[in-house]
Parts: sequence; C-alpha cells; structure tokens
Amino acid sequence: MERFRYFEDVVSLEFDKDKCIGCGLCAIVCPHGVFALTRDHKAQMTARNQCMECGACMRNCPALAITVEAGEGCVRGVINELLGIEGPCC
Amino acid sequence: MNAPSADKGMAFLPMAKKVPTGAGEFKLPSIDQSFVQGTVATSVGTVPQVGTELTRQDKHEHYLVRWNIGRDHFTVEPGLYAVGRPDAGSLVLVGANYKMSFDLLRQALAGRDCWLLILNTKGINVWCAAGKGTFGTEELLDRLQASRLDAIVSHRQLIVPQLGAPGLAAHEVKKYSGFRVTYGPISLKDLPEFLDNGLQATPGMRRKTFPLRERIVLIPVELMQGLKQGIPLMLFFLLIGGLAGRGHFAGAALIHGLPPALAVLIGIISGTVLTPLFLPRLPGRAFSCKGAIAGFSLFVLFFAATSSLTHGYSYLEQVSWLLLTLAVSSWLGMAFTGASTFTSLNGVKKEMLRAMPLQFFSLVAGILSWAIALRMY
Repeated sequence: MERFRYFEDVVSLEFDKDKCIGCGLCAIVCPHGVFALTRDHKAQMTARNQCMECGACMRNCPALAITVEAGEGCVRGVINELLGIEGPCC
Repeated sequence: MNAPSADKGMAFLPMAKKVPTGAGEFKLPSIDQSFVQGTVATSVGTVPQVGTELTRQDKHEHYLVRWNIGRDHFTVEPGLYAVGRPDAGSLVLVGANYKMSFDLLRQALAGRDCWLLILNTKGINVWCAAGKGTFGTEELLDRLQASRLDAIVSHRQLIVPQLGAPGLAAHEVKKYSGFRVTYGPISLKDLPEFLDNGLQATPGMRRKTFPLRERIVLIPVELMQGLKQGIPLMLFFLLIGGLAGRGHFAGAALIHGLPPALAVLIGIISGTVLTPLFLPRLPGRAFSCKGAIAGFSLFVLFFAATSSLTHGYSYLEQVSWLLLTLAVSSWLGMAFTGASTFTSLNGVKKEMLRAMPLQFFSLVAGILSWAIALRMY
C-alpha cells in the first residue's frame, strides 16, 4: 500500500493515549495499519498520514480515546453537504 | 456521521435513537428467492438455505450491475440464511443485502455449514453502508432480535467483516445483545483461510489495498457516470456548432461541433478509464492532477494522430479543445476519489477547494474561446 499515498497532514484523526485501555481493537479494525500496540500495552499512531477517516477506530474504541471527523471522501457527498441537501453519495 | 457533534461518543449509542417501527419483530427471509435451494428447520421457524455456486443468471446480473445497470435495486431480503446444514454450534457471519456482496459471500463459504445474518443496507456494499451507518450497530441489533438468533445458536459470537467496523461498535453490540463481535478479513478471498485458521487473521488480511484488478472492475460504472455528465455537453457543442457555423447544419456540426465534443469524450475516457487504470503511475497525489495529466496525454496522442484533419483550425480553437479536455478529465479523475480505498474526507475537501475553481475556469474558458473562434471563422 506504500505506493498509494494521498495528502500529508490533512486528516482529523486524534488519539488520547491517556484514555487508551490497550484493547487493541483500533489496530484490528484499521484498514491502513495506522495504529499499533506498543510494549506498554497502549495503542500508538504509527502511520497517521495513511488514515482515510473511515471512523472504524473511533467507533470501536470503548474508551473514547480516538476522535476523527469520519465520512466518505466522495465528491458528490461533499457537494451535497455544502449545498445542504440529503443526497446519495455512491 | 458527517458532522462532529458536541456530544461525541454519545451520538452513536444505538439506544439513543428512536427505535424504528417494526424493528425486532420476528421475521425470517422468504424462501421464494432465486438462490434459495432448500430449508433448515430451527426451533423458531424455517430458515432458507442458500446455494454456494453462482448460476449463469447470477453472473449475468453481476455483469450488468458492473455497468451500472439495475445497481440501485440489486438486493436480497435481509435476515437469517443457512449455508449447508448448520446447527446450534455453527458460526454466524454477518453481511450486507447488496446481492453482489451476498453472492460472493455465499460463494466463499462453499462446503461449510454456517449461518448468514444479512443486514438491510438498502442494497449497498458493506464498506459504503458502514460509512453511511446503515451497516451498523442498530441494524445489527434489530436483525439479531428479528431473527431470534439467540434461540437458534448456543454460542454468542458473530463474524463481522472488518470493513463493517466504521458503522459498528463491537463493544456496544456486546453490551446490548450479549454477542461478541469478531472481525473477519477485509477480502472474501481470505475468508476460507481465516475460518480454517481458527478465526485468526494475518496482518495482510487486515490491510486494504487497491490492486489493478479491483480498479478495473470499477471502470464501467465510472465510465457510465462520466458519460451521463458529459454527453449533454457533447450534444451542446454539436448543436451550437451546427447552428452557428457556416453552411449546412450537419456540415457545420461536423467541422465546429465534433472536435470539442471529441475533446469532452477524451476527457471522459481519461478521467474514468485511464485514471483508475494507471492510478499509481500518474504523477501527483491529487486525483484532479492525475486526471488532468491523463487527459493531456490522451489529447496530445489523439490530435497528433489526426493532425492531418485539424491543420485548418486556428490556435484559439485548438486551445479551447484542450481546455475542455483538461476540465473534464480533472473533474472526473477527482470524482474517482469516491471509489478509491485510501482517500480521506478532509483530503478530498482540500483537493476540491483547490481544484474546482481551476476546473471551472478551464471549462468556461474552453467554451468561451471556442465560441469566439466560431464567431471569427
């Protein structure tokens, strides 16, 4: 997947290590390997720029340690949102 | 799910929303569906048993849907299905009611005995539905209840595709139903190995890639959608060229309307065929940039190959065609972010804010310079 990279430093993903309980679910659900478990049994963001803001980690974090402005990166969806209409994305 | 609310964390608790009417009422899917081969009797009722081999009819439907034909209504009834002869100890796999996803799931389970719990995602695949929240905690809890699954199986485990995770909170499912969610592999091709390995996924099974064959199958839908947007523009040039150019309508449409219409077509092909095909090879990270470069390349190739036919046109007219190709190819290349597997919402927003003014300028400048050239002719 290294061949495919989108922009750097645009994603809204934030992780609060103090809240992390080390369940490791974020590392399991992330389709781009953004999180890894460290030796002290805490999650760590190891590849933040690979994040595609799907929201899987946030939704599955029982400790609410992860926040991300999740949504589909879909042109039509963004236009619909800007125009304030409820429309189909894909 | 788009707007981050102040009470983040609470907003998606399943019980925070009003329960839809009819939710959780006992219901098993109809046996009167093409893929149902038999039934399995359970303590709560008769569960339809599905075949694991796809018929020619199934494959024909898949082909049409890949071309965007009938894609909006390609569904199966949600609910509980059986594969093989499952019993109280058999695994339960959760899926979406997009018939393509459903067909590929049952095909991957050939020779096994298990239960399928199909959620009502309104005919959308697991990943997109999870992004919209229709493949989600609430729907899963409703479907569990409606299927009386707790009475059918003795264990409390569900296999959910990993790409369903954006819509579903494993800990909430556990809290409200007692069922433990185990995330399965991303790709159905890894499902047999995952099941054979005692539900262990290798790191590779957890990563979403975007190989050539996955990009190729997306091309027809992209092309059809591109044509839907582009054909009115092509007709506009043929019509105005025919009306405003000198001589007969057909002759003028051919001389003045056809080149810009072809330029639009080149833009469509570049944005919807070449961009997906050569995605990793095209320079730039922005898809609008990739699309524009693909468009420029095909434009140069095409008009170089047909240069004997275009030598009578003014530079202004030729530039107008290029601007049209660039506007269309860049726009449709950017639209491919919606189908790609690694672009983020905020990244796409950033790209749109930068690219759309340029695309708009290129389109307007292309039309204006073409119109001016037409007047000067």
